[in-house]
Amino acid sequence: MTSASNTPVIPRPEAVPPPSLGRKLVRHFLTRVLFVVAMGLVLVFFALPMLWLVTAPFDGNPTLAVRWPDWTMSNFATIADNRYAVGALRNSLILGLGTMAVVLLLGSLAAYALSRVRIPGRDGLLYALLLLSSIVTGTAAMVPTFQLITQIGLINTHIGVVLVLSGGVLPTVIFILKDFMDSIPKSYEESARLAGASPFQILRHVVAPTARPGLAFVAVWTVVQVWGNFLVPFLLLRAPEMQPAAVLMYTFYTEGGQPNLRLLSAFSLVFSIPVIGMYFLVNRRYGFRFHGGIKS
Amino acid sequence: MSAITTTALVKEYPGGVRGVDGIDVTIEDGEFFALLGPSGCGKTTLLRSIAGLEAITEGTLHIGERDVTNAQPGERGVAMVFQDYALFPHMDVGDNIAYPLKIRKVGRTERRKTATGIANGLSLDGLIERRPGQLSGGQQQRVALARAVATRPEVLLLDEPLSNLDARLRLEARTFLKELQRDLGVTTVFVTHDQAEALALADRIAVMKSGKLQQLGTPREVFGRPLNTFVAGFIGSTPMNLVTTTVADGGVRVGTATVPLPATAEGKVADGAAVVWGARPEYLRWSREPVDGGIPAEVSVTENLGASVLVSAHSGDVRLQLVLGEDDEPSPGDTGWVVATARRSLLFDAATTELIG
Repeated sequence: MTSASNTPVIPRPEAVPPPSLGRKLVRHFLTRVLFVVAMGLVLVFFALPMLWLVTAPFDGNPTLAVRWPDWTMSNFATIADNRYAVGALRNSLILGLGTMAVVLLLGSLAAYALSRVRIPGRDGLLYALLLLSSIVTGTAAMVPTFQLITQIGLINTHIGVVLVLSGGVLPTVIFILKDFMDSIPKSYEESARLAGASPFQILRHVVAPTARPGLAFVAVWTVVQVWGNFLVPFLLLRAPEMQPAAVLMYTFYTEGGQPNLRLLSAFSLVFSIPVIGMYFLVNRRYGFRFHGGIKS
Repeated sequence: MSAITTTALVKEYPGGVRGVDGIDVTIEDGEFFALLGPSGCGKTTLLRSIAGLEAITEGTLHIGERDVTNAQPGERGVAMVFQDYALFPHMDVGDNIAYPLKIRKVGRTERRKTATGIANGLSLDGLIERRPGQLSGGQQQRVALARAVATRPEVLLLDEPLSNLDARLRLEARTFLKELQRDLGVTTVFVTHDQAEALALADRIAVMKSGKLQQLGTPREVFGRPLNTFVAGFIGSTPMNLVTTTVADGGVRVGTATVPLPATAEGKVADGAAVVWGARPEYLRWSREPVDGGIPAEVSVTENLGASVLVSAHSGDVRLQLVLGEDDEPSPGDTGWVVATARRSLLFDAATTELIG
């Protein structure tokens, strides 16, 4: 305080000089580099298994390491050599499409009914089913499921597996489809009713076509679920010629007890292609448009 | 032949709410009939009951000679145009129009031919292959109409047919609807909350409130002689002046003056009776000179309505509104006399709100 006067001196805020352009650039550059390096590490962590899946099948002598392959197709020949490999892919297809058919039919009927009929406690019922659904195909119900299917004589049949898997995915499917069907205006159906259409005609002509994106999504989702399911077919299918691909892979060992990486890598790639292909197909045809909120 | 008769029709919702509460109406064959009322008055419920989309709780419904109280919607010979048109988005215009024919198992080529014929009749030429999403609002409405008339129904039901169109298109569609109905001669019932729409379109109007019928009559009757104060206030683009007052000295006290009794109410009321005096703004005149039976008033606000002016004038604590031609309009602050014609004013009972005369 150099001023002698009593009036308080309000200090003028000292203008902070802006950081020089050079320093600013360096700091910006450094943060960018750190960010990119960190993201790169995360990316590598997640991408390595994928890279292995793509490169190892083409490597004449694959190991668990990711490396530049020598581009041979000989590994794929081992699939044909394996007694069960091709059959297993066919079994996977049967189980996937079978479950899809059951789920689409029952799921759309149930979702339509639940969407249009007012039952007290309807939402509670749906949420309870949704919660319990993971148990049906889960480890907890392993023994009862096995016993039930044995008792009704469906052990070692594809039908048994299809039924159990359908039971497992149906609650989620109904939940998703109900959401789609809720978004269809009631006046569409009333209009069809006035034209004299029966409930089944309404479902076929009006509701199903309008809910088609939902049905497509559910179909793909079901196949993917079944395609990758290990536990249920492993439990219920005893004969190796009945087992789907996901279970068969578990038996790919050499005589020496080592994983047969040549067969395993090639088979894994073949195993994953249909799912990826299906996604692109449906995405192009229906575009995965979601009308309602999807909870899955 | 295909008149609609409802007898003591009741639609009760779970919980005891009555959407339609004892309606007796006969809609004549070929009539253009309006159900008019504020939101929640039960007009749409009544329409949906006729369509069969709502189950009737009590009473009966006849279409022509047939009792259709419990018939399925498809068996009643009715067609309906929904407020949102309810066109199927996955079918093209032709398939939409022909959908009722498809249900009746008409062959595909025959269906297509009929649909094209109807579409051309409703100036939808060249739009047969389009999807509803590619059409304008007016075109969508005409497609919905085409689908409704495709099966030559006995009864055509329209739920708020003009409410989804913008103001300019609405007028065009209104004339179009009236022409179409005249051409087809089909018994038509439509629901609206817009009194101007009802007055313009309908042969007869049923005014509803809280599920009950308030008045049934031609647009002229409903406009000129409303049976109670609710109808009086609801009908008319500018609401009727309704003044709660008493009868005195063989006249009615309105503001600071006594006006003569309406011609039709003479001899029906005694001095001291509590009444509501009603006069439409269109039927009031403004005078700068004292007039016998005129109400001295001061203009507070004027609102321009285009070719006419809505004038608000105060007499004592009573506010009166007048619709005047654009030439002799007073300005705010002017004083003068509001003149009511005895022939055009009405008197309602203040207690029951019903028309005395």
